[in-house]
Amino acid sequence: MIMADSGSSEEVAVICNTDITSTESENNIINTMVERGTALLKKMEISVAEADKRTGKNTVNMQETYTVYLIETRPAETVSEGGVPPAPDTLWRRYSEFELLRTYLLVTYPYVIIPPLPEKRAEFVWHKLSADNLDPDFVERRRVGLENFLLRVASHPVLSNDNIFFLFLTEEKGWREAVLETGFQDKVDSRLKSLSAMFRVKNPDKRFTALKHYSDDLSTVISQLLRIRARVADRLYGVYKVHANYGRVFSFMMLIIFLKKLTFIVSTPVDNLLLDFGCFYHQSVCKKHELVQYELEMAAQDLTYKKQQKEELATGTVRIFSLKGMTSKLFGQETQEQRESKVAALEQSIQEGEDALKEKNAESQEFVEKAWTDIERFKEQKDKDLREALISYAIMQISMCKKGIQVWSNAKECFNKM
Amino acid sequence: ILLHTACKLQSRLNYSIRCSRDLKVNNLNVDNEGEVTVYMKFSFRFLLQTTCSEFDSSQYEVRRRYQDFLWLKSRLEDNYPTLIVHPLPEKFVMKGMVDRFNDDFIETRRKALHRFLNRISEHPILSNSHYFKVFLTEEELAPHRKQGPGFLSRMGETMRTMANSVRGLRSKLEEFDVMQEYVEDFSNKICSVDKVTQRIIKEQREYMDELKHYSSTYFQWAESEKELAEPLKGIGSCVERCSKETQEQVQHLSEVLVPALHEYVLCADTLKAVMRRRNNIQAEFEAKNEALASRKTDQEMVDDLADRVEQANNALRGDWSRWRTSMRADLKSALISSAVKNVDYYEKVSSKLKGDSFTVLSPFHISPFSFSSELQNLGL
Repeated sequence: MIMADSGSSEEVAVICNTDITSTESENNIINTMVERGTALLKKMEISVAEADKRTGKNTVNMQETYTVYLIETRPAETVSEGGVPPAPDTLWRRYSEFELLRTYLLVTYPYVIIPPLPEKRAEFVWHKLSADNLDPDFVERRRVGLENFLLRVASHPVLSNDNIFFLFLTEEKGWREAVLETGFQDKVDSRLKSLSAMFRVKNPDKRFTALKHYSDDLSTVISQLLRIRARVADRLYGVYKVHANYGRVFSFMMLIIFLKKLTFIVSTPVDNLLLDFGCFYHQSVCKKHELVQYELEMAAQDLTYKKQQKEELATGTVRIFSLKGMTSKLFGQETQEQRESKVAALEQSIQEGEDALKEKNAESQEFVEKAWTDIERFKEQKDKDLREALISYAIMQISMCKKGIQVWSNAKECFNKM
Repeated sequence: ILLHTACKLQSRLNYSIRCSRDLKVNNLNVDNEGEVTVYMKFSFRFLLQTTCSEFDSSQYEVRRRYQDFLWLKSRLEDNYPTLIVHPLPEKFVMKGMVDRFNDDFIETRRKALHRFLNRISEHPILSNSHYFKVFLTEEELAPHRKQGPGFLSRMGETMRTMANSVRGLRSKLEEFDVMQEYVEDFSNKICSVDKVTQRIIKEQREYMDELKHYSSTYFQWAESEKELAEPLKGIGSCVERCSKETQEQVQHLSEVLVPALHEYVLCADTLKAVMRRRNNIQAEFEAKNEALASRKTDQEMVDDLADRVEQANNALRGDWSRWRTSMRADLKSALISSAVKNVDYYEKVSSKLKGDSFTVLSPFHISPFSFSSELQNLGL
């Protein structure tokens, strides 16, 4: 499917291939991106429609069964001549391909909070659900999660313009090669390593520190909530299960069980997804900021060191221990020429250092700006999404209560007729 | 020391029995080490008020112990072997080390004893029993207890039962076979329902505990949020409410349904005993009847026994339908009460959710539909 203005390749290529060091052109692109980014979702309807099982050979040449998901895309302006929307374009993707896309996005846009993918394995299981990736409930939850992922990326002002993302939705074959060609994997190693490293930053930006604390707290409380929720669900299921034993004596009680089971299973997906949301987000952005900050400080340190060296040479005093200094002391002073050339070399190096520092500073500034914009966007989104989740949770509980009322009123009538 | 709780019930035969409980200190020992041991005797105090002419006075107050009730029951069963006497609460409770003076245990027992007496007083035949009157009116029961068949005769009856069950009955009346089947079936079902209900209570209690953790987590989360704090607290308080309502529901089950079910579990055993006794009577008659052929006994004795069989069967027939009616009424009312309570539970939780959602959540609801219309769409 070709979109009318899916973007000239050169603009998009800039974003994919260059490093984050700022350039004016990138600033321009950012402006246009915001405009066009919000337009992507308006242009395309995206959905993850179905899941299917495939078997094939994996990397160790063993037969395995895996699930694939059908992605449907369709232009949003459905010209209604006769009222039938055009058939969607479709392709199939595996979970691992989603993971690859996400890793790519993580590396390429370090200042953006990338939407989460659904769980790889079933954690927080309740109802003694085996962590079986082929279990239909699990597959369904995953399908919804994958769809949400795609929708969120597509509605993000920055991410939605990425070409690789676009190809993911449109090119079934050859996508993997395209991703690898961007060379993002080289950055993966360094960036992902830095994500898991502990940095000690001397002057952390207070906002980021606060954000980091908040996201730590949030992830703790959310995983606690999910765990307890699973236990609550288990207990409630236990209660209903025991009620089922009434069924041996009172035949109408069988109805109770069915109704309650059904309402039950519906409960988990909605809030689960949005709860995963909160967990994983903040952490990566904060870590990236630390990385940038660290680089900045290293550069600053470097510069200071060089300045001191120059000073030392100029004034002849040894403030910093250096081998050169010692040897010169031991073996006599250098000639004026030598010293001057050294000073010149040092000055050059200092100049370079200052330039690098300026660059790093600017980089850091930009990162901070972009990151904060995205964080603000994320906060709003999160609040909105969580509110929606809480409301649907409340509605679902109300509807469960209603069913409960029905069932027990019915039971009362049956008892009356005893 | 006198502990006092009272409850009152009218009976159909013109008298009312108010039952309260007593804890009387028998003696107090202080031994050499200064330790005090208190021997306490537990008894129940009855206040009988009657307008019935059969009684000399209009008010009697007596104290009775659990053993006195056992005595009364066995007297009634001896005199009316095929009538269905309402069961007494159990002597011991098998749930581990239950303190005999534990408040709950005593209260449950008191209620059950009260029901026992009321059932007797409602029974057309049993309520006229001499023993019953003695039980209610005499200050001291001890002199009366010496009367009546003693331990040895009870032993004899047991042995006769065993012998008869080996012999089997010659002529089996179909109606009693049907009855026997029903009793078996009833016993199984009522035991099953009783067990299930107890498990439900256990599961509900655990559910309730989890809900407490759950709601406190929402409150904890609310502390680190700004705009979301109110909605989160809202949901947290809904969950809290759910927990509280569950607690009330469990209490209701324990106080209303469980005792009713339990009594009928004991009734099932009573019924089995009644069927056994009836069979005995018939077997005795048949034995003597056979002996008649070999001239080991006389016609008069056989006729007596035949009468006895006739009497027993008629008594049982009459009582059977009376019992079934009252059983149905009792269980029905207990079950309906539980069902109503359940409906009530869901209604309370639901209204709390709706209320909170309107005030706390929906102002922020951004979806195209308003909260109330969304509820309407779902038919809520």
